[in-house]
Amino acid sequence: MRRAALIAVPYAWLLALFLVPFAIVFKMSLSDIAIAIPPYTPTLKDGLAEMIRAFDFENYVFLTEDDLYWKAYLSSLKIAAIATVLTLLVGYPMAYGMARAPEEWRPTLMMLVILPFWTSFLIRVYAWIGILSTEGFLNQFLLWTGLISAPLTILNTAAAVYIGIVYTYLPFMILPIYAALDRMDGSLIEAAEDLGCSRLSAFWLVTFPLSRGGVIAGCLLVFIPALGEFVIPSLLGGSGTLMIGKVLFEEFFNNRDWPVASAVAVILLLILIIPIVLFQLNQQKQAEADR
Amino acid sequence: MRAAHFFWDASLNTPVFAPWADPDAKPLIRFQNVTKSFGDFTAIDDLTLDIFEREFFALLGPSGCGKTTMMRMLAGFEEPTQGRIELAGRDIAAVPPNKRAVNMMFQSYALFPHLSVWENIAFGLRREGKDKAAIAARVEDMLKLTRLQKFARRKPHQISGGQRQRVALARSLAKAPKLLLLDEPLGALDAKLREDTQFELMDIQEKTGTTFVIVTHDQEEAMTVASRIAVMDEGKIMQVDTPDRIYEVPNSVYVADFIGDVNILDGTLTANGENSFALHYAPDQAPITARSDRPFTDGQSAHLAIRPEKVAIHKEKPEGVDNLLSGEVLDIAYLGNLSTYHVRLPGGQVVKAQIANTRRLSRRDITWEDKVWISWTFTAGVLLDQ
Repeated sequence: MRRAALIAVPYAWLLALFLVPFAIVFKMSLSDIAIAIPPYTPTLKDGLAEMIRAFDFENYVFLTEDDLYWKAYLSSLKIAAIATVLTLLVGYPMAYGMARAPEEWRPTLMMLVILPFWTSFLIRVYAWIGILSTEGFLNQFLLWTGLISAPLTILNTAAAVYIGIVYTYLPFMILPIYAALDRMDGSLIEAAEDLGCSRLSAFWLVTFPLSRGGVIAGCLLVFIPALGEFVIPSLLGGSGTLMIGKVLFEEFFNNRDWPVASAVAVILLLILIIPIVLFQLNQQKQAEADR
Repeated sequence: MRAAHFFWDASLNTPVFAPWADPDAKPLIRFQNVTKSFGDFTAIDDLTLDIFEREFFALLGPSGCGKTTMMRMLAGFEEPTQGRIELAGRDIAAVPPNKRAVNMMFQSYALFPHLSVWENIAFGLRREGKDKAAIAARVEDMLKLTRLQKFARRKPHQISGGQRQRVALARSLAKAPKLLLLDEPLGALDAKLREDTQFELMDIQEKTGTTFVIVTHDQEEAMTVASRIAVMDEGKIMQVDTPDRIYEVPNSVYVADFIGDVNILDGTLTANGENSFALHYAPDQAPITARSDRPFTDGQSAHLAIRPEKVAIHKEKPEGVDNLLSGEVLDIAYLGNLSTYHVRLPGGQVVKAQIANTRRLSRRDITWEDKVWISWTFTAGVLLDQ
């Protein structure tokens, strides 16, 4: 009885704050734009039966007709995928170093990974503008060292978006990989070397496969939020970077076309369901392997 | 019959297998004045030791005595700080673990959890780049040797502890190493399974002809499996000998005390015949006589080590025994097949006498606080100077 009550709390939370809003957004995506408050029609004021009769998939059809949308989806997928791979390339060595560090250092290293969360995400992204802009710290430093003679254009390019995503989501990559590596019995590496592996082949044949669960978890934890990312591309990516999160924002606030914006959001969610299901399966497999 | 059994079979007066007794025999492993320090701590202290081919050699000692460090140096995971380790006549200091003809069975077994039993055993063979058919044949042999055919497709977490232990053994034997190192191989098994597995290990050692070096803190295990035992303490070897000699002729009180149960009587010696000495262990008691091949000087302090099972206990004063002492029963430990009587001598020392319980407990005629006699022969004990 008490367990049921305990479980009911998070479920009620999810129902109220996820399922209900989603239902509203879905309803909106089936309606048409209108000069009204709210800016769409039909609404419940027209009566339930009338409202349902007026629903159509026009907005979804529209998404397939204007190539802006599918290009934005594809571009988002590409940026999220590349950023995930880059985050993995940066995060894996860091997680590996943490897991191999002396026991007494590990809490400090862990702290350093989590430390950025203590500052607002927005402030940290704004700080990157100060670093990456033409007159920014990075260019000033490079000019001072004489490595370059004219400032580099980094801000408002895809590179800045990648830097922003890698920086922001790095802890989500490091922590699950670190957890997987930390759990690993060190004698496995010795056993692999004893059986004829070089250091490198021991890594590829034993360490990496055993951390795969952490790698998959980390990649999905980066990929899923990066796909719908809005702040980083709009602050660092400039107008040239096409990402679906930005399109969604513009549709809602600049065009005030709530029905189309809702359709964009519903499709984004459908795309995200695939990696989310994969993530859940991976977590389940991990839990089973640990038993 | 098991080869290991011949090593100390009393019915065969000359041991069949004793390369250590042959001055011309070339050792497979030679530790030469090896020292290993970790910072200030000396794990191995100027140690010299030869181990011969086909031996089942046990490194025995309490935890922290350096036995595991010796094994890790043989495997290549540690390098000696000083001295030289030879394998088949070659210095192996510079040879990394993956290039040594040495394999190790880890205490934790260290089975690869993401690979099946079959793949675990094939792991080392695949690294050698052998062709598929040869690998499959070798893995099948190993599965058969360790009776694991039925479990080949399972993952390590799907089999029992005893089966895991056999997978670890099969994997370390698969590459047919010159030397197999076993780090507390049976530590994780329960007592009954451990005993069976000890005999299995001896069988496999005999069948494969591999040299085994086993690290253990369990003296019974070392006695059961080993052809020779090195008893270690604080980075030094106290004694290297066959199990029977370690038990019967320990060279120090430490070794006598570490292996099995022992009574130690301290006193001073006077010679009372050829190779015979009187031990004055208490001021107002007649001395004990003991034979010793080792020379002692008059007045030297010494210790008599005597095993409880070599001490006889009597209710009536017996006639014609070598050493006879009187005392009072302080305690009786009933072990089922044996009983150990703790007898207090008039001087306060307590001597344990162990008797096989050939009669039912209810028929036992010696009980607490009884006045009893204990006796042993001149040759039953060992005189030790340290």
